[in-house]
Amino acid sequence: MTPDTLGLTAEGCMALLDAGDVSCVELVEAYLARIEQQDGDLNCYLRTRADAAREEAARFDREGRSGLQGVPIALKDILCVRGEETTAGSRILEGHRPLYDAGVVTRARAAGLIPLGKTNMDEFAMGSSTEHSAFGTTHNPWDARMVPGGSSGGSAAAVAAGLAPLALGTDTGGSIRQPAALCGVVGMKPTYGAVSRHGLIAFGSSLDQIGPFALTVRDAALALQVIAGRDHCDSTSVELPEPIAVPEGDDLSGVTIGVPADLLAQGVEPGVREAFDRSLEHAQHLGARVREITLPTAVHALPAYYLIAPAEASANLARFDGVRYGLRLEEPGDTIVEMYGRTRSSGFGAEVKRRIMLGTYVLSAGYYDAYYGTAQRVRTLIRREFDQAFTDVDLIATPASPTVAFPIGERIDDPWAMYACDLLTVPVNLAGLPGISLPCGLSEGLPVGLQLIGSAFSENRILAAAHALEGAIGFDPVPAAMRSAG
Amino acid sequence: MSEAVWEPVIGLEIHVQLNTATKMFCACENHFGAEPNTLTCPLCLGHPGVLPVINQGAVEKAIEIGLALNCAIAERSVFHRKNYFYPDSPKAYQISQYDEPICLEGHLDVDGSRIGITRAHLEEDAAKLVHSGGEAGRIGGAEYTLVDFNRCGTPLVEIVTEPDLRSPEQAIAFLALLKNTLQTIGVSDVDMEKGSLRCDANVSVRPAGSGEFGTKTELKNMNSFKFLGDGMAAEIRRQIDLLERGLQVVQETLHYDPGTKALRSLRSKEEAHDYRYFPEPDLVPLAPSPALIERLRDGLPELPAARIERFASQHGLPAAYATDLNAEPRLADYFEAVAASSDAKSAADWVLNTRPAPVDNVPAATLAALIDLIAGGTITNSIAKQVYEMLVADPAADPAELVERHGLASIGDSGELEAMVDEVIAENPAFVEQFQSGKDGVINALVGQVMKRTQGRADARQVQELLRSKL
Ligand SMILES: [Zn+2]
Repeated sequence: MTPDTLGLTAEGCMALLDAGDVSCVELVEAYLARIEQQDGDLNCYLRTRADAAREEAARFDREGRSGLQGVPIALKDILCVRGEETTAGSRILEGHRPLYDAGVVTRARAAGLIPLGKTNMDEFAMGSSTEHSAFGTTHNPWDARMVPGGSSGGSAAAVAAGLAPLALGTDTGGSIRQPAALCGVVGMKPTYGAVSRHGLIAFGSSLDQIGPFALTVRDAALALQVIAGRDHCDSTSVELPEPIAVPEGDDLSGVTIGVPADLLAQGVEPGVREAFDRSLEHAQHLGARVREITLPTAVHALPAYYLIAPAEASANLARFDGVRYGLRLEEPGDTIVEMYGRTRSSGFGAEVKRRIMLGTYVLSAGYYDAYYGTAQRVRTLIRREFDQAFTDVDLIATPASPTVAFPIGERIDDPWAMYACDLLTVPVNLAGLPGISLPCGLSEGLPVGLQLIGSAFSENRILAAAHALEGAIGFDPVPAAMRSAG
Repeated sequence: MSEAVWEPVIGLEIHVQLNTATKMFCACENHFGAEPNTLTCPLCLGHPGVLPVINQGAVEKAIEIGLALNCAIAERSVFHRKNYFYPDSPKAYQISQYDEPICLEGHLDVDGSRIGITRAHLEEDAAKLVHSGGEAGRIGGAEYTLVDFNRCGTPLVEIVTEPDLRSPEQAIAFLALLKNTLQTIGVSDVDMEKGSLRCDANVSVRPAGSGEFGTKTELKNMNSFKFLGDGMAAEIRRQIDLLERGLQVVQETLHYDPGTKALRSLRSKEEAHDYRYFPEPDLVPLAPSPALIERLRDGLPELPAARIERFASQHGLPAAYATDLNAEPRLADYFEAVAASSDAKSAADWVLNTRPAPVDNVPAATLAALIDLIAGGTITNSIAKQVYEMLVADPAADPAELVERHGLASIGDSGELEAMVDEVIAENPAFVEQFQSGKDGVINALVGQVMKRTQGRADARQVQELLRSKL
């Protein structure tokens, strides 16, 4: 039989496969067919790997399977896959085929997940709308005129549109949680160090984390189980103090949730605020205590983030010089510096260049301490502030995005408005904490995301609370527009 | 020029390639001389997505260097990114240490002077560039440049001295002792020609007795002690000449061309790079445990500085001998083995005088036996040299047996020598007459005749005494 992939969860896939109702090949074919049918308009995938996916599925059908084996997954195109084009959404890496698999790709393969393809993203993960992709914008499955968020917009939209039951994205300042919110799916950024960054094309190395997208919190937990843990290829990765558990139950009694009033006063739109407040009421009905807290320094997270992340990016992106791989542009008689300039001027998009220049500037002699140094001090204060807050509360709740999805083109020429998308997510990256976004309702027909933040390595606590709230909220993650489109 | 009134001030920056099995941050093999670009991987080629992983062996060797140079080992040290665009740097940054290095504030005593070590830190080497066509050694103007990434990522320790050196000779002596120290602890091949030991020198001059420093220039990457010494001497002369003409020294980086003996400016301070250092976010700080540091300290062999002192005190050797014997660990080891069963002063003479022949191709015990034959009067010094040549050709031979077989034993106390003396007196009446008429110098001619007849098996002084008594 051909299953309907719209709204089909990973657990749903496993049930169909376990029962023998569909084969792995049939499941993969169903997703490939839906991608074929829908993705011309949505542009979630930059590339599918149909033949490889079919082959991997056929092997499970032949040799038998269990657990997650045979469940498809989509990979953000910032994750290296051996021998398969990986561009990070940039012209400068067009045609680049990595020589190795990213750590999470190795783990996903070992768990039997079948990558369907590589998803669209803002170039080098710099953006909040996927409009900064060198390969066209992804459209929001809830309303194709809207952005899906970013930078992992392709992954979020693919899960929302039934083009993959699971997806991996990366989150440097909100790039998983914000698109999850805008597309009405679950997205989780783990604690810094919980997931290996090996094979993740770096943007802001001290901030980047890989995490899952899913239709349910349990699915997100299943995916996180697969990818989390120490990898000797990433010196900043660690073994989790306890394994990731797939959450059950619906009780929040004994849980204290803090709501940072000062952070929320920064400009959350009313519809988002309403949905957020309703989810807090759900939490209280489930037994949680909700209390107001303050995070006075977190208010300054955005400027600190836009100094630190570009600084690191300016070094991370310096290797794209045309010498060894990717794009190389030169004219006869060029010096090496002219070749560098030609290649990088043409290979990078405007937003990437903006951040490279910003980052180079803030690290320059005479400016380092005033900019980068100050930003690092702010970062330390924010980290302490969260530590302090978590002595009083178990979780902190905010909306994941101050707004719902906005129209394509609206903010593309206004960097500051685009950066403001990350207002509520960026402090979490600066503090290296785990955070989840789960859909908590609609505003103007578009999804609103609830962000739950926990202390370092409290993924299980976050997942348990998110799962309980998810049940109480009862959000239907299938976009109405998709249902009518079939 | 009046060098007497000017005092040179020299500080050195020494790069030491560590002889670890693998590179600093990846699992590629670390060795010299492989086919270009065969010792590479995505990491040392700077591919997207790769992350460095610290080579623990390199950290331990860096700590050993620190301990050997009497440094404090930092409880916590941090890697930084040093940013620059150049094709020898595939990431466009070098992972190095900046304001929190692994080794701090040490010293090495050279010929009685204490030379301060400011710091020693870990970093990775760059790729090797081969420029073709155009101006030699420069990328600008080259027709094309080839990059060999085999060297890229080789572990390096950079050792920085205080400006405590006062002459090129002292700087070279320091470098020789440092080289020997590194060799003794076994952390590097320290081969300047292969680039596993590289040295930059910061040079300035000031009026003798002044407490202030003059403007310094940096001499880059000399690949032999001789060129380094020549380069420093040339730069000191150039600076003194400028100052005596009332001109100023400009802070710049210079290259000394040993062929033309010319100093060429590479870049001035105005063109200096802004490396935009910042902490490497892909690595966690190094925090070696006190237990590790103690284990490494306990594992260190006797160091050359201590050995030089011991050679002087234990074996009663002059300081210069003790220093020369410690030019390299192999030489010192060989000397000790010879001196174990023979007279130390004679052993030192033999070991130093038979250089630069490979010192240890005659077994130490054999050389000791040879020295004993001289000491016991069995053979003369000149015969011993002949025997030594035979031993070089046949190291398994026994010196006593060679003396016996070739009839080389001294003939001083036998009637044989007396007979020869009588013969020579009889055959040279003219010399005898001259001598007896007061021309004392003629005795040497007669000694020569006897010595020739003995083929060196007699002591010339003894022959002379014998002649005098007979005449
Ligand atoms: Zn390598």
